[in-house]
Amino acid sequence: MTFMFKAKVNITLRNSILDPKGKAAHHALQNLGLISVKDVRIGKYIELNIDASSKEEAYKLAETACTKLLANEVMEDFQITIE
Amino acid sequence: MPKKIGVIVFPGSNCDHDAYHAMKHVMNVETSFLWHKDNDVSDIDLLIIPGGFSYGDYLRSGAIARFSPIMNAVQDYVKKGYPVLGICNGFQILLEAGLLPGAMLHNEKLRFICKNVYIRVESNRSPFTAGLENGQVLNIPVSHGEGNYFIEQEGVHRLEDNEQVAFRYCTKDGEITNEANVNGSVSNIAGITNEIGNVLGMMPHPERAMEPILGSMDGIPFFESVLNKLEIA
Repeated sequence: MTFMFKAKVNITLRNSILDPKGKAAHHALQNLGLISVKDVRIGKYIELNIDASSKEEAYKLAETACTKLLANEVMEDFQITIE
Repeated sequence: MPKKIGVIVFPGSNCDHDAYHAMKHVMNVETSFLWHKDNDVSDIDLLIIPGGFSYGDYLRSGAIARFSPIMNAVQDYVKKGYPVLGICNGFQILLEAGLLPGAMLHNEKLRFICKNVYIRVESNRSPFTAGLENGQVLNIPVSHGEGNYFIEQEGVHRLEDNEQVAFRYCTKDGEITNEANVNGSVSNIAGITNEIGNVLGMMPHPERAMEPILGSMDGIPFFESVLNKLEIA
């Protein structure tokens, strides 16, 4: 028997890497007067609907999807939450 | 058998005809297009993966193209030691396919950059650059939004130790400066080879610097080196 799980995937640039888009957005926020915002990092959010027999299996599938395609681990980290 | 060059065409490639024209009509070598669904490259003596926006650059540039059927054949082709040249999006695809180390970030200043730049030959160890002098400066156009080459610092050292850095962005006089680093690439890197030297990826477009009307003909000595050293012409 299988169930439908939702994997919520967040992909972000590694902390050591300069994020030019985040920097541009940060600059714009400063111009808006939101000076308390000290840093902005922009990433990607991806949802996967996965047919699997368990939460663990769904996680493994999402992990494979990330390492093989969705994230480039040379420059990106990913975080998976299964619902 | 006359030698033959193959130019791979993905949905969204847009420098495929530039490469074809440069090879067939300027360098006078038999050249054919290969569709991304082809899976036989056995009669090809040099493969070119051209620039463009394969699959609309969805997800990351080059990320989807590497799953095209022809890329399995390209992996085998490289393993057997045959030469592959990736230009611009072709370089990005080679990175995503794991045939070259590192990754491509958005240009540091976010803008799409389309202009002539100077690059310096850093290593003439591979057959692609063997006909050029180390330190030789070429005037070649770039045209990209994601050409900011990235690899961890230890990766840079590995590339340098193995003489895999083929080109660096430089000034007209061949100096490696921050100002000359057009897109923010780590260590001014504009092009690299794999360890063996049969795969070269470069962001600049030598195929767009082949005729007087294009403003620079510095692509000619580059391709003369490639074709002579690979014994294609």
